[in-house]
Amino acid sequence: MYRYDEFDHQFVRERTEQFRDQVRRRLSGELNEDEFRPLRLMNGVYLQLHAYMLRVAIPYGTLSSRQMRRLADLAERYDKGYGHFTTRQNIQFNWPKLDDVPDMLAALAEVEMHAIQTSGNCIRNVTADHWAGVAADEIEDPRPWAELIRQWSTLHPEFSYLPRKFKIAVTGAEADRAAVAFHDIGLRLKRNAAGETGFEVLVGGGMGRTPMLAKTINAFVPKDRILAYLEAVMRVYNLSGRRDNKYKARIKILLHEEGDAAFRRRVEAEFQRIENPTHLVPDKELERILAYFASPAYEALPERDPQLAHNLEANAAFRRWHEINVAAHKQPGYAIVNISLKPVGGIPGDATAAEMRAVADLADAFSLGEIRVSHAQNLVLPHVRKRDLVALWHGLVKAGLATANVGLVTDIIACPGLDYCTLATARSIPIAQALSRRFAEAERQSAIGGLKIKISGCINACGHHHAGHIGILGLDKAGKEYYQVTLGGSEGEHPSIGQIIGPGFSETEVVDAIERIVNTYLGLRESGESFLEAYRRVGAAPFKETVYAAH
Amino acid sequence: MVQAKDIRQVLTANHLKGGHVVFLGEGGSWTAWIDEAVVARTRERAAELESKGTEQTTLNIVVGAYLVDVVEDDGKIRAAHIREHLRTLGPSVRPDLGKQADSQQPDVRQGPAFI
Repeated sequence: MYRYDEFDHQFVRERTEQFRDQVRRRLSGELNEDEFRPLRLMNGVYLQLHAYMLRVAIPYGTLSSRQMRRLADLAERYDKGYGHFTTRQNIQFNWPKLDDVPDMLAALAEVEMHAIQTSGNCIRNVTADHWAGVAADEIEDPRPWAELIRQWSTLHPEFSYLPRKFKIAVTGAEADRAAVAFHDIGLRLKRNAAGETGFEVLVGGGMGRTPMLAKTINAFVPKDRILAYLEAVMRVYNLSGRRDNKYKARIKILLHEEGDAAFRRRVEAEFQRIENPTHLVPDKELERILAYFASPAYEALPERDPQLAHNLEANAAFRRWHEINVAAHKQPGYAIVNISLKPVGGIPGDATAAEMRAVADLADAFSLGEIRVSHAQNLVLPHVRKRDLVALWHGLVKAGLATANVGLVTDIIACPGLDYCTLATARSIPIAQALSRRFAEAERQSAIGGLKIKISGCINACGHHHAGHIGILGLDKAGKEYYQVTLGGSEGEHPSIGQIIGPGFSETEVVDAIERIVNTYLGLRESGESFLEAYRRVGAAPFKETVYAAH
Repeated sequence: MVQAKDIRQVLTANHLKGGHVVFLGEGGSWTAWIDEAVVARTRERAAELESKGTEQTTLNIVVGAYLVDVVEDDGKIRAAHIREHLRTLGPSVRPDLGKQADSQQPDVRQGPAFI
C-alpha cells in the first residue's frame, strides 16, 4: 500500500492545523458562513439535514486494517458508532460537531488519511477498480496511476477552482468495475499491438440531471504522457467550461456542446503544445510509487485446495457464500473475498464501529492487513488464501457480515437520501430496505441471478440510478415522495443509461412495481439470460405492460 | 378557504457549533423541539421571526435560518413537508438516533409512517 512521504505528512498536518484555525475563527465570529463554507467544504465538512457530515477520502478505495480501526475509533468517539461507505469509495460520518472536526482530522492524519478533495469544485478523490492489483482479468494494477493523479491534482493551483467538481476513475482490467464511462474522465489501461501498456482516455461521462456516457477521445496515450494528457483535458475544460450555470458546468456539457471531434482537436492541440520533458512522469517518482503497490509476498500454493473442496461439499451455507461472494484471484491458491454491507433490511453501506473492527481483525488474520471499499458500498478482502476461506467465513458469520448477496437483487446501492441529505427530494434507504426484505429468500435471489438495483434520493444521482439495471429515482411531487423507475442502465464494458418506463410510483407502490418487473423478467428470459440481457433483447414494452396494467 | 394571511410558520436553523436542528422559541431563545417554537400566523410576524434569524446568524449562534410551514393539530405543531418533518425527528431508518431518540415525547418516537 502507498505510504506517505515526508511531504504528504507535512502537508496533511499543516492542512489540519489550518482548518483548526479556520474553525476557531468561524466560532469566534471572525469568519461568517459565506466565508467559511468554501473552507469547510475543502476539508470535507458539509452541513446536512440533522448535523454536520464529514466525508473522509479513501484513495482508490484501498485502506489498511490500522486505518479501518481508526475509522471505527472516530465513529465511536465523535459520531454515533457507525459510518457510511459511499458510492465513491469514501466514508461519511453523519453526526460530528464542528469543533470536533479538527481533532478528527488530526486523528486521521496520524494514519495517513484526510478529507481533502472530497468536496468542492476540484479533482475529487480518484476511484479505481476495487479488485485492483489482484483481479484475475487485470492487465496492470491501476492504483499507482491513481496515486500519481492524486499527488498531481492535490493543491494543483490551476485545477483548484474548476467550473464544477471533477471525478476521475481508473481501471486496469478487461471487465470494468470502476464505471469509467460515468466519470468526467475514465482511464482504462490497455495494451497496444507492440505489447506496451497505455491509457484509453474517456471524457465527459456523468450521472446527475443530464446523464451521459463518456466518449473515447484518445484510444492510447502512453503511460508516461498521461499527466500531460490529463492536463490538456483539464485546461480545455477550465478555459471553456461554463461557470454561469452550475447545471451546465460539468465537462460532459462542454463536450456535448462542442462536439466530440472539436473537443478532441482542442485537447490534442493543447497536448502537443504543452508536451515537453517536464510533463513526463519522472521514472524515479514512478518507481517509488510502484514499489508501494508491488504484489505482497504470496505463498506458492496449488490453485486447488483440497480442504476447501471438502468444506464446500460439507457446508451448504459456506458453499452459497463462496459461490456468490468469492472471486478469482490472479495468484494461484488465493481468492478475493467480497464482504456485503447489505444485510436483509439493513442500510446499504453502513457499518458499525464493531463491524469495522471485525473486518480489520479479519484482514489482519486472512488478508495481509488490506481492505478495499467498492463503489457498490461493500468491502473487499483482497488477499485470502483459499485454505483460509472457511475460517474467514466463520469470522464473518460471527460478526454478522456473511450475507451472501454480492451482485444479486438485494445488493442494492442507495444514497443516504432524505433521511440525511439536504439535497435529497425523497428517501432512498427505506425503499432499499423494503426491496431487500421482499427479495430476501436465498433461493429466489439465486433464481433471479445478477441484477443491480440502484436508488437515488434526488436528481444528483449519488445512488447511480442511471446505471442500475433497475434504477429508482426519488422525487418530490407536491410535497409527497414518489419514485421514477428506469430500466436498462449499466456500467461495465457495454455501458448504457437507464430509460424511464413511465409515470412514477408512490412509496407504497414502488416495491410492488419492482417485483412485477422482476417477475416479468423471470417469465420471458431465455436460458441463461441475465436481466440486462433480457431487457436489451425485448426492450421496455413487456415490463411496462405488466407494471402499468396493475397500476 | 385559506386566506393568504392565514399562514403557520416557524423559524428553523442549524446550531453553528453542534450542527443540530433548532427552532426559534419564546423570548428569542432556540429550542430543539418544534412544539416549543413560536408560530407566526401573519406575514408580519413571520418577517419578524426572519429578522430575528438574520440577527442570530450574524451573531454566529445559528446557521442558515429559514421559515418552514407547519400544521397545528390538537395543540401540537408538525412540519408540513416531509423534509422538515424528518429534521424534527432524525433519520426515519434509525429511530434510535436524532431527536426522536432524545425526545421524551412518546408520539415523536414513533417516527413517520412508511412502508
